[in-house]
Amino acid sequence: MSEPNNHSTHEDTTTGLNHRKLLMWAFLGSDCMFFASLIATYLVYKGKSVTGPDPIDLFSIPVTSVSTFVLLMSSMSMVLAYAALTKGSLKGFRVWMLSTAIMGMTFLGFQVFEFRDFTVNEVKISCEENSPKYIELESKLSSKQKSDYKKQCADGIEEAHVEFGMTPRTNLFGTTFFVLTGFHGAHVTLGVIWLLSLFFYSFKRGAVSAERHLDVDLAALYWHFVDIVWIVIFTVVYLFGVYEGF
Amino acid sequence: MTSFPLQISRPIHPTGIWNWITTIDHKKIGILYGVSAFILFIIGGIEAMLMRAQLASSNLKIIDPELYNQLFTMHGTTMIFLAIMPMGAAFFNYLIPLQIGARDVAFPRLNAFSYWTFLAGAIILNASWFLGGAPNAGWFGYAPITGKAYNVGHGIDFWIISLQVLGIASLAAAFNFIVTIINMRAPGMTFSRLPVFTWMSFITAILLVLAFPVITVALIELQFDRFYGTNFFITSAGGNPILWQHLFWVFGHPEVYILILPAMGIVSEILPTFSKKPLFGYPVVILSGIIIGFMGWMVWSHHMFTVGLGPVANSVFALTTMAIAIPTGVKIFNWLGTLWKGSLTLNTPMLYAIGFILTFTIGGISGVMHSQAASDAQQQDTYFIVAHIHYVLFGGSLIAILGGIYYWFPKFTGRMYDEKMGKLGFYAFFIAMQITFFPMHFTGLNGMPRRIYTYGSEYGWDFWNLISTIGVLLLAISMVIFIYNIVSSWIGGEKASGDPWDARTLEWSISSPPPEYNFAVIPTIEYRDDWWEKKMLGKTSEEITSDDVHLPQPSYWPFIASLGLLIAGFGIILSIPVAILGASITMIGVYAWSFEPVNDPH
Ligand SMILES: [Cu+2]
Repeated sequence: MSEPNNHSTHEDTTTGLNHRKLLMWAFLGSDCMFFASLIATYLVYKGKSVTGPDPIDLFSIPVTSVSTFVLLMSSMSMVLAYAALTKGSLKGFRVWMLSTAIMGMTFLGFQVFEFRDFTVNEVKISCEENSPKYIELESKLSSKQKSDYKKQCADGIEEAHVEFGMTPRTNLFGTTFFVLTGFHGAHVTLGVIWLLSLFFYSFKRGAVSAERHLDVDLAALYWHFVDIVWIVIFTVVYLFGVYEGF
Repeated sequence: MTSFPLQISRPIHPTGIWNWITTIDHKKIGILYGVSAFILFIIGGIEAMLMRAQLASSNLKIIDPELYNQLFTMHGTTMIFLAIMPMGAAFFNYLIPLQIGARDVAFPRLNAFSYWTFLAGAIILNASWFLGGAPNAGWFGYAPITGKAYNVGHGIDFWIISLQVLGIASLAAAFNFIVTIINMRAPGMTFSRLPVFTWMSFITAILLVLAFPVITVALIELQFDRFYGTNFFITSAGGNPILWQHLFWVFGHPEVYILILPAMGIVSEILPTFSKKPLFGYPVVILSGIIIGFMGWMVWSHHMFTVGLGPVANSVFALTTMAIAIPTGVKIFNWLGTLWKGSLTLNTPMLYAIGFILTFTIGGISGVMHSQAASDAQQQDTYFIVAHIHYVLFGGSLIAILGGIYYWFPKFTGRMYDEKMGKLGFYAFFIAMQITFFPMHFTGLNGMPRRIYTYGSEYGWDFWNLISTIGVLLLAISMVIFIYNIVSSWIGGEKASGDPWDARTLEWSISSPPPEYNFAVIPTIEYRDDWWEKKMLGKTSEEITSDDVHLPQPSYWPFIASLGLLIAGFGIILSIPVAILGASITMIGVYAWSFEPVNDPH
């Protein structure tokens, strides 16, 4: 007995389940605890930052909704790729597999853009006496940002552009946000590499076929899992971060 | 066949050291685990002896305080992660396939990878001694003393990275054993016939899979704070050190059961064999194991009674902690029930198993004392806790492991150990253990804090500390007897038969040591304690040998993937280019591995 071959549909195991599939489920169970711990950390520190910015100052729900939608669609595309393969259409498999990977990369592109956007964020604060924007942000601005605002306004301009970006070092929100979404992004990156490997591998004769669907099945399982985790992150971090009621 | 560009021909019949480096035989990997873990156990023991020398009397200056901090941190980390856990893994590896009637684990190469990665983690941790000093913040590394502000130097970095690498090893092994136990049982080997050791290992593996990611995250957070300036445990930025305590103990308490359940499994194998009776209440033992595994998640804050979580939290965790003592107590009565009216053979393994029941019960009782939040406030961070942990880990896990080594020694090596010397070693060990650790209850209740490097004579702690130190010397002597017995018997012991104990489980139905393929014909299981029942019914058949069993072939890649992790581990701490080099080696190893067929075509 050894690692199973996946040429036959009947598995020579005690339960009839494939070894690798069982391993994948065990891994996903473990990964659930991994993300649960990161999300728990995020929630424990929610609203505990000493300085800004806060979620409400940075998030753009419409933009992230688009990337979330793309990632969800990639799961559908993954299902279609698997279905095409089991029906014996290698061409269909390739088309859907590539589209899944491209959607995954699109999601990652959005994430890179968003991360950059957050780090270079600026706020415009009018220089009038008791500017409402300044009053609103006063408790969130660091002393350096405040003195920057005053220095700019001392030059007699109407509106100051104050640096209000966020890196993992800026505050607890930055720390927990970047580490949580960063590790999710790393999972997506690994998934994209896996999907592309299968895509390119499929050009080798017989390497990817309906009989060997398990290779794709496992990648799909992983991909759907990473998707589901994102839905949780999108809800807990983005939606709950912006809407006060939560 | 392999489409990977690196054309390194596969090791088909490697010899010498290459045989060990490329092996994917679960039995050889088990021996590698056992021998490595035992060497690390000796290192951890030497660290303990140095500490005991320093504490022998008041106001001694044998060791300076900084080195003392490093010693207790390394002692705890080594014993838990590098000695007891991998010794458990040694038994998992060697025994689980044999007990369930399989020829190997589900993923033999992943198994080799687990071992080499464990070794990489052990090397990284111990290298810290030579690269600027070992970690010094205690084995549970509380924030914020592990933070950059309070702990410059690389000690904590080595601690973090080595635990991450060890986590990879443990997780890979746990996945492997879960799949093996679910999927590779011989026909008829249902879960209600599964040997108790395999059952307890199964629960342990599930605990590992769920608990390790939690400490992985805690360590990632600490690592990011130290390496990249994040704020997880930085109080000036609003970070909360208590978060570390929660994450650590959410892992840490299940970890306690990861350490003790395999030991309970071992004892549950030894007692029935030498009582000539089936285990008393098999289903109850299994069920209480499952309940322990489940409830182990609901008690972690009993390590935090003095943090100030409030009366409600303290009461809840006090109650759950008292409740978890019940399934443990149930097991103890099951073991006693097994002994009751049995025809006992008091040989070395049996003595260790009985010794386990005695000392583990004492440790369990002091454990229940800690569950009273109010009295725990007096005991927190005193030697009373040190006494408790050593009664359950040393007098629990380790004593069972030593007993297990004796019990399966004929199976592992094909030779018998020296019974007289074994018994002498046991009595020396058992008495020395009481002399060492029992006085710690007194010094603890007299207020001696753990982790202090010296104390004044006016406290009146001198006497019992001296006794403990004398006990450690005796312990060292008993371990010398143990090692001498094992080594000399391994080399020149009497040849062992396949079933020298007239035992009950499947591993005894084959020759000692087992052939490479374990079972020439995969057995069909009809009973719990199948081998025993079949012996009673005269249904055993003459063992046949086979030279026509296809086994997975050796491979270089698991070793190379682990080697990459070793290099990357040092690189993350010391030099980024080296880290990239290491990560690339691991990538190549994993990629080549995934393209390498399990067996090359003939
Ligand atoms: Cu505990």
